Amino acid sequence: MTTITPPRAPVTSSLTSGVLPKWAPWAVVSGSLSVGLVGGLGLGLALPLSLVIGVLLVMVALPAVSWQVEGGRRAKDRFVTVLVSLAFALAMLPLLSLMITVTQNGIHRFDGTFLSSDMRGVLGEGGGALHAIVGTLMITGAAALISVPVGVMCAVYLVEYGKGRLARWVTLLVDVMTGIPSIVAGLFAFAFFAIFFGPSIRFGLGGAVALSVLMVPVVVRSVEEMLKLVPNELREASYALGVPKWRTVLRVVLRTAAPGIATGVTIAIARVIGETAPLLIITGSTTATNWNLFDGRMSSLPIFTYYSYSIPGARPEFGVERAWAAALTLFVIVMGLNLVARLISRFFSLPTSR
Amino acid sequence: MAKRIEVSDLDIFYGNFKAVEQVDMTIEPRSVTALIGPSGCGKSTFLRSLNRMHEVVPGGRVTGKVVMDGDDLYGVGVDPVAVRRQVGMVFQRPNPFPTMSIYDNVAAGVKLNGGRMRKADLDELVEQTLRGANLWEEVKDRLGRPGSSLSGGQQQRLCIARAIAVKPAVLLMDEPCSALDPISTLAIEDLMHQLKAEFTIVIVTHNMQQAARVSDRTGFFNIAGTGQPGKLIEMDDTQRIFSNPKVKATEDYITGRFG
Repeated sequence: MTTITPPRAPVTSSLTSGVLPKWAPWAVVSGSLSVGLVGGLGLGLALPLSLVIGVLLVMVALPAVSWQVEGGRRAKDRFVTVLVSLAFALAMLPLLSLMITVTQNGIHRFDGTFLSSDMRGVLGEGGGALHAIVGTLMITGAAALISVPVGVMCAVYLVEYGKGRLARWVTLLVDVMTGIPSIVAGLFAFAFFAIFFGPSIRFGLGGAVALSVLMVPVVVRSVEEMLKLVPNELREASYALGVPKWRTVLRVVLRTAAPGIATGVTIAIARVIGETAPLLIITGSTTATNWNLFDGRMSSLPIFTYYSYSIPGARPEFGVERAWAAALTLFVIVMGLNLVARLISRFFSLPTSR
Repeated sequence: MAKRIEVSDLDIFYGNFKAVEQVDMTIEPRSVTALIGPSGCGKSTFLRSLNRMHEVVPGGRVTGKVVMDGDDLYGVGVDPVAVRRQVGMVFQRPNPFPTMSIYDNVAAGVKLNGGRMRKADLDELVEQTLRGANLWEEVKDRLGRPGSSLSGGQQQRLCIARAIAVKPAVLLMDEPCSALDPISTLAIEDLMHQLKAEFTIVIVTHNMQQAARVSDRTGFFNIAGTGQPGKLIEMDDTQRIFSNPKVKATEDYITGRFG
């Protein structure tokens, strides 16, 4: 191991202790990693396994060196620092891998044709996802239109008005709703609309209803947290001015919580925009662009991706390409949504002091 | 505009816990009434019962009478919102609305209540109010800045301006200076001297020098022990309370023998 142990710093008072120089931890980390990698690969082990060995070496070597120079408390600190960084890296790995894979595979067909044409009459090369993009945006938009007012009002009830048994029941039901499998939401919407329109009903609004079943609890939960964060002093200040409660809620509480609510709503939208199962049941799938939420089958990006991959048609390679490009499109839309949420939340955010 | 408040036989509760007992008190118009006493003796609770803010707390309720110029504030069918328009309040910690500018904070009482006012009238109201709160010269060039950009003392004067902009008859102040430095405290005390020409002011304070400096009458609250209700022990002209109190406990408290 290429570990360097600098001489113990001269102890000049009872409060000083040895300190590793800035570069030393990095040297230990890179040293241990390379020893692990070179050793592991030299022994004929696979790359991931060698990497694991290197990381394990870091977890042993850095605290050991630190123990020698800096003493027990710092050594534990270094050990936990390594653990935490490792957890962070592990959490980031799938995300990065996903982003890179989707971009690499999808960028090839992510072009003007793809974004501006649908799949009507396309059998082999070409075609696009316009019908799916339109479907996804319209269905999710309608779902947001339904669930944001319901969710926000429900949260306002729970935080500002609800007391006693009813509020406890609502909270419990919201918690239960959070756990509903998405396919059940789709079945609910289908069963509901089948009562009125018969079992062959397929239309976009039904999908929006199914998605709102999934979205409402998320909105309620996040808005509830945001409303709880509004200091009680502001409500009291408003009451003391002779402002009625409903105006206080509307103009002071909701206004103060607006940035957080915007973020919460976006997260809820991002949560449902990629749903496949419920839409599969109630909106069906189509190859033509359908601009009417109230009538006829509608495609959406997740379903388009799924079908392009599972039933790619006569020339599978083009179908798979379209599937990747559609996945990338969904990715870009969610990213864009997050960006928009940032902007909205900045627009609403409290003016900074000085 | 200032009004007299007569409190008789007032008990204040949190749920089943009686926090304040048997208060009889007359609060004179155009004067400053100070309420002093050890922590937990119910001064603030009593103050909040004067504009029906006490019942905002879950379980908060009151029995007895609070009569303001003939109107019982706790009478049948009295709207707490209407009471609060007559009896304004300033809190311990400055709490300007963080989403609003200095101008909007002063205009909050009008705007939040959905009042329509011509821009010129509103400008006039804001300027007059800020002048009344001794804040105009300091903020006239930055009315559009957020209220939270001001210093603590300025924020508290902004909150006073916000409270008097709705033209209440009575102004309640709950330890308005306890979060402020001596200079800002002085500014607020000066302001109280000016405001008592127009308003009835009731102030809760832990600072006995402050009570002696600003008030015309002083009420001393005390508590027999933990879990016991607080009581109004003595109420008199401030000079008498601080020089020659009738009750031993009052003397002990103001001379610093306890509390």
